[in-house]
Amino acid sequence: MTVPKEIPEKWARAGAPPSWSQKKPSWGTEEERRARANDREYNEKFQYASNCIKTSKYNIVTFLPVNLFEQFQEVANTYFLFLLILQLIPQISSLSWFTTIVPLVLVLTITAVKDATDDYFRHKSDNQVNNRHSQVLINGVLQQEQWMNVCVGDIIKLENNQFVAADLLLLSSSEPHGLCYIETAELDGETNMKVRQAIPVTSELGDVSQLARFDGEVICEPPNNKLDKFSGTLYWKENKFPLSNQNMLLRGCVLRNTEWCFGLVIFAGPDTKLMQNSGRTKFKRTSIDRLMNTLVLWIFGFLVCMGVILAIGNAIWEHEVGTRFQVYLPWDEAVDSAFFSGFLSFWSYIIILNTVVPISLYVSVEVIRLGHSYFINWDKKMFCMKKRTPAEARTTTLNEELGQVEYIFSDKTGTLTQNIMVFNKCSINGHSYGDVFDVLGHKAELGERPEPVDFSFNPLADKKFLFWDSSLLEAVKMGDPHTHEFFRLLSLCHTVMSEEKNEGELYYKAQSPDEGALVTAARNFGFVFRSRTPKTITVHELGTAITYQLLAILDFNNIRKRMSVIVRNPEGKIRLYCKGADTILLDRLHPPTQELLSSTTDHLNEYAGDGLRTLVLAYKDLDEEYYEEWARRRLQASLAQDSREDRLASIYEEVESDMMLLGATAIEDKLQQGVPETIALLTLANIKIWVLTGDKQETAVNIGYSCKMLTDDMTEVFVVTGHTVLEVREELRKARKKMVDSSHAVGNGFTYQGNLSSSKLTSVLEAVAGEYALVINGHSLAHALEADMELEFLETACACKAVICCRVTPLQKAQVVELVKKYKKAVTLAIGDGANDVSMIKTAHIGVGISGQEGIQAVLASDYSFSQFKFLQRLLLVHGRWSYLRMCKFLCYFFYKNFAFTMVHFWFGFFCGFSAQTVYDQYFITLYNIVYTSLPVLAMGVFDQDVPEQRSMEYPKLYEPGQLNLLFNKREFFICIAQGIYTSVLMFFIPYGVFAEATRDDGTQLADYQSFAVTVATSLVIVVSVQIGLDTGYWTAINHFFIWGSLAVYFAILFAMHSNGLFDMFPNQFRFVGNAQNTLAQPTVWLTIALTTAVCIMPVVAFRFLRLSLKPDLSDTVRYTQLVRKKQKAQHRCMRRVGRTGSRRSGYAFSHQEGFGELIMSGKNMRLSSLALSSFSTRSSSSWIESLRRKKSDSANSPSGGAEKPLKG
Amino acid sequence: MTWSATARGAHQPDNTAFTQQRLPAWQPLLSAGIALPLFFCAGLAFIGLGLGLFYSSNGIKELEYDYTGNPGTGDCSVCAAKGQGRAPPPGCACSWSFTLPELFPGPVYLYYELSNFYQNNRRYGVSRDDAQLSGLASALRHPANECAPYQFRSDGLPIAPCGAIANSLFNDSFSLWHQRQPSDPFVEVPLDRTAIAWWTDYHVKFRNPPLVNGSLALAFRGTAPPPNWHRPVYELSPDPNNTGFINQDFVVWMRTAALPTFRKLYARIRQGNYSAGLPRGTYRVNITYNYPVRAFGGHKLIILSNISWMGGKNPFLGIAYLVVGSLCIVMGFVMLVVYIRYQDQDDDDNDDE
Repeated sequence: MTVPKEIPEKWARAGAPPSWSQKKPSWGTEEERRARANDREYNEKFQYASNCIKTSKYNIVTFLPVNLFEQFQEVANTYFLFLLILQLIPQISSLSWFTTIVPLVLVLTITAVKDATDDYFRHKSDNQVNNRHSQVLINGVLQQEQWMNVCVGDIIKLENNQFVAADLLLLSSSEPHGLCYIETAELDGETNMKVRQAIPVTSELGDVSQLARFDGEVICEPPNNKLDKFSGTLYWKENKFPLSNQNMLLRGCVLRNTEWCFGLVIFAGPDTKLMQNSGRTKFKRTSIDRLMNTLVLWIFGFLVCMGVILAIGNAIWEHEVGTRFQVYLPWDEAVDSAFFSGFLSFWSYIIILNTVVPISLYVSVEVIRLGHSYFINWDKKMFCMKKRTPAEARTTTLNEELGQVEYIFSDKTGTLTQNIMVFNKCSINGHSYGDVFDVLGHKAELGERPEPVDFSFNPLADKKFLFWDSSLLEAVKMGDPHTHEFFRLLSLCHTVMSEEKNEGELYYKAQSPDEGALVTAARNFGFVFRSRTPKTITVHELGTAITYQLLAILDFNNIRKRMSVIVRNPEGKIRLYCKGADTILLDRLHPPTQELLSSTTDHLNEYAGDGLRTLVLAYKDLDEEYYEEWARRRLQASLAQDSREDRLASIYEEVESDMMLLGATAIEDKLQQGVPETIALLTLANIKIWVLTGDKQETAVNIGYSCKMLTDDMTEVFVVTGHTVLEVREELRKARKKMVDSSHAVGNGFTYQGNLSSSKLTSVLEAVAGEYALVINGHSLAHALEADMELEFLETACACKAVICCRVTPLQKAQVVELVKKYKKAVTLAIGDGANDVSMIKTAHIGVGISGQEGIQAVLASDYSFSQFKFLQRLLLVHGRWSYLRMCKFLCYFFYKNFAFTMVHFWFGFFCGFSAQTVYDQYFITLYNIVYTSLPVLAMGVFDQDVPEQRSMEYPKLYEPGQLNLLFNKREFFICIAQGIYTSVLMFFIPYGVFAEATRDDGTQLADYQSFAVTVATSLVIVVSVQIGLDTGYWTAINHFFIWGSLAVYFAILFAMHSNGLFDMFPNQFRFVGNAQNTLAQPTVWLTIALTTAVCIMPVVAFRFLRLSLKPDLSDTVRYTQLVRKKQKAQHRCMRRVGRTGSRRSGYAFSHQEGFGELIMSGKNMRLSSLALSSFSTRSSSSWIESLRRKKSDSANSPSGGAEKPLKG
Repeated sequence: MTWSATARGAHQPDNTAFTQQRLPAWQPLLSAGIALPLFFCAGLAFIGLGLGLFYSSNGIKELEYDYTGNPGTGDCSVCAAKGQGRAPPPGCACSWSFTLPELFPGPVYLYYELSNFYQNNRRYGVSRDDAQLSGLASALRHPANECAPYQFRSDGLPIAPCGAIANSLFNDSFSLWHQRQPSDPFVEVPLDRTAIAWWTDYHVKFRNPPLVNGSLALAFRGTAPPPNWHRPVYELSPDPNNTGFINQDFVVWMRTAALPTFRKLYARIRQGNYSAGLPRGTYRVNITYNYPVRAFGGHKLIILSNISWMGGKNPFLGIAYLVVGSLCIVMGFVMLVVYIRYQDQDDDDNDDE
């Protein structure tokens, strides 16, 4: 059975937040909506929203206040505003106000400009949309009216290919029976056409005068965001007519294949379902973000501590020295005690020490992430030529998290598989067709196929359709009634729309690719679905056009898992055709002959075993009276106001019973390009991949094998299929016991206690030897996800290498992700393409949408989108890894440089009476973070690379530091802080030691405050520049430019600020006049700077060298080899992965025992596990590679053992 | 919003080195070939420099005398006692005598040093008006608020120069007398008190207000001297190029010190017979003791020193260079050992395989 791919109410519930509730009109909740046609006065009473939409947030007047208000809701901005206010108090202002206001204004401006641009584009699109024209019936005349002036209750005329302006009730159309066709791509992303139909009474209102007299009143549900549901009633001429979603044209749809139609506006503007659905997505934060926020809080704590220490110091100093020093420096009037002075000095120190958390941190982080996002968007290797879709980073805030992913939750359909369905096999009346036989009658292998079946007899055949078993065509030609009935069913029982542009050139627009495949198959075998009207279906059966009367469509939904049509053939016989999931349909059959049932079941199992998607077909004859009576009841049920769905379901249920089995179809689901390689690579990178699919177990397991998630050399694949809580628990327990037992047998000395609650369990299971996989069914998963079992399930699942969950609902997908998120503290990534993946995509830390597929719902909900699953490896291993690396290096350096910068004030406090005197010039403080040191670190954060991109693919292990959070964590943070403080100590005490007694070479005083400030500032800029030079691993021209440029700019600004000209203009602002040339001309000053630099940098160099020699990271090793190889001029670069299957045939149509098993036995698949190392061909120069390889194969996960000893020669 | 949904059918991304992150780049690696020579070279260079600094610093002679006047420390204690923590009556004099057994090579510089004096206190440091000091007439009448409480005198007259720094101007004065032979009379050694301030300070930063009728005194009319001062700013010196805001002593004082102990240049000795230094003999420094420091536990020192290419006596720099240089060498050896041992192991590993 096909997987339900669209379950909109589910995603609507789990995914989109009910954003509409925020937009409630102020006068209260709307309980029901009444709209009377052509009666604006009446409708105005209700004050329904107009059709003017507004997605923009600001206008010219409100922009500044609203945007500022929003920005100051950010804690960081408020904090800096608070600092600014502190600085305005003269008693405590230790710094000029501009040291804070310049960066603050800069930050606010950058953000405001970004917001303004965004809003400008929103305004533009709003205006464009609001000013679209549509024809509105006003006072009996059709008038051109802008969209924004359309009101609820208006009647609108739409023409072909026009956008629907608001949510309309379809009244009439140019097509017979009030039918009209729409495309809903903008709404739900489905590109196929859908049919809407006016209710019969209104469909006759064909011309304007009739419509102008129409005064029906619609009473319906209030605005909501459910795209697929609508219930309401039309009251007209004292009759009630039920209305459903079938009668509605929703805003955002496009009218197709319909000349014109008239509709009554029910919901307008913000009340439309489209707008109701455009709720804001949940804001995701990365773990680095969270860590950063924690650290910033710690730094605040640290800041307060420093402030308190210095304030106490100040109080003591003022008490001991300050009181007596009043001869020369009296206290401020307000200060009456040393204690109060200490209190003031606390605030003064808060002001000058606040640069430990500079405002530019947040902006820089955003800039870096933006840069990384652009790199993702620009990546040519993630551009799909076929679909012409580039990869897109839809969120710019999550990039570094891509480097930390531990769990990937993947959808199957459309993600791992192409969602291209090919009619592959079928079983008709107990006979199976579709196997490929060679001349000798053996089942043929791939690649030695004979010619495909020739469909040339059929002028309407689809040329692209291929089928290899000619016996089926022969059966059709022979006139086998079962076969005919089989294909007749396929040509009738569907919801496909056909379009015939030229005679004989048929295009099918199908709701699901399965249906398309089935109808196309029927077409080629001579049962050509030609056209349909709401009441008829025309089929060319072997050349003769036969029109069936369509009595009812019992549509598909995911509960029923089947669909039926009831048709009357030209002879007048009524027949129900049904196709559906085997599990459902086999229960509803008229007991067939045992033989037929068992052979069909055998075939079904065989097909499923081949990884094919199966459907069972059945029919039933209905007699006239029964049908009349049933149709009456159906109408009744469909008119019911309450629980209409349930009633209809039971009525459908009733008629779909006692059916005759016709046969089964099997459709092949093609794998996406490069899926197995990607999965293998990601597995090597220690990423666990869970497949969550709505498919049945057999299919899912088979896909698992074909993607190499499951392999035959796995120790065991556990299958959990229990229906009750106890069964599931027992199965999970058994699985765990087995894993633990086997690791016992291996003898690694773990002791296993039977009780589960012990936390040891996790650790025991983490260390399980051998590879296991878990397959769990939807109904078992429901139990496993209950509160008392979820931990057991999680532990079992996480001990397995691969997990496949079958038959899961969208909600369960989200629950599984949530479960892992909750307990594993690991970064999760969900990838999917359909609306049923939306909840999962929104739940996971990172959501990836496959674009260019059936719908854009997943893409719209996602954080990243691209069109091929295989791009995931590049996204994670290259972009994610680099982003993480860069962000970590950036943060380390950033905290370092600010501590080095700020803590100098702390040390100086002990020598200046704790008076909150800054060490530096105030301009230096203002510009340090935004000019002197910002660009080099930004360049590193944007451009740095440790190893080239191809290496990160070759050594997936390089991905591990991110998962283990090694590059930036609390420990690293403290190291950075310590380095910063160390630097600040030297930065103060070395100049102190030198300056204490020094004089200049002309005998005048050297140790004046301004020279001291310039010396410390200069050595600081030089030290942090050297440090960034050490940290930068990838010196592009831009890095050079920024680093050297920053230094140059520092000196340029220094001399400019100390120039006579500026002093003449603002003598009180530029007090350092003449300082630079006087100070920097002193050899002593340069000797001091050199000494400081050496003392600050040499230990870092020594430490790094020793670490590189004693305990190199894998990335160091790779870099080193790179270097050596570059020198040796790389003799062998061959042996790239040659001959990776060019054929995109998934290869799972043949069973894995035959195909894949043999591959393993032959050892050919070893290439997979060593794929990572394939580019190395010779052993001579690379003994360490061998050890690396060994290490991989024994799967111990110590990240870098002593086995690699790369640095030599 | 869905109107601006994904860019489908977009153009292929540009294939440039920048967008594809393939910019040519230099990827330095901290290999032994770089790190070890760096350490040894840096170590040697530092030791060399350190030795030079150490010897030139050691070659510098310094003579200092603490004339704070704490009880029992010479005749300055009399003045100090007179003041009782405040300024003593004007004109209180004391002296310091010393004998040079040999030539004190020149040029010799005379400094005064204050300790425990917090010129680097924030409130002290901001208590000045550079606009006033740069000779702006408007600022002369309206001193900056930072100068408070030395902004206006109690009678409302603006103080010029305003602020705590100016108010606390160091006002001891020194004269040096030389006696060649015990019987000879003391001869005054000429003290060169010009150009003791930075050129930029004297010429750019400090300027007198425009003269009124050719008179500096008139220019300063309507201002009051700082409360501690005994004479108005335009009478700081009879030399018209050394009075008012451009008085050298004043300018030197206004360049506030970075640390609570600081020395400031008082005079150079480079004229006449003393251009080669102070010849041997007995010397006496006559001190006019005006400046009280004992109240806050400060000390006043008088220092005679000569200088080298790198300035005054500075043992710290030389020693620091020697220490850092040696550490670099030591570290370099450690790294070398680690590197060699490590390489041995690596070779062993290779042999094993």
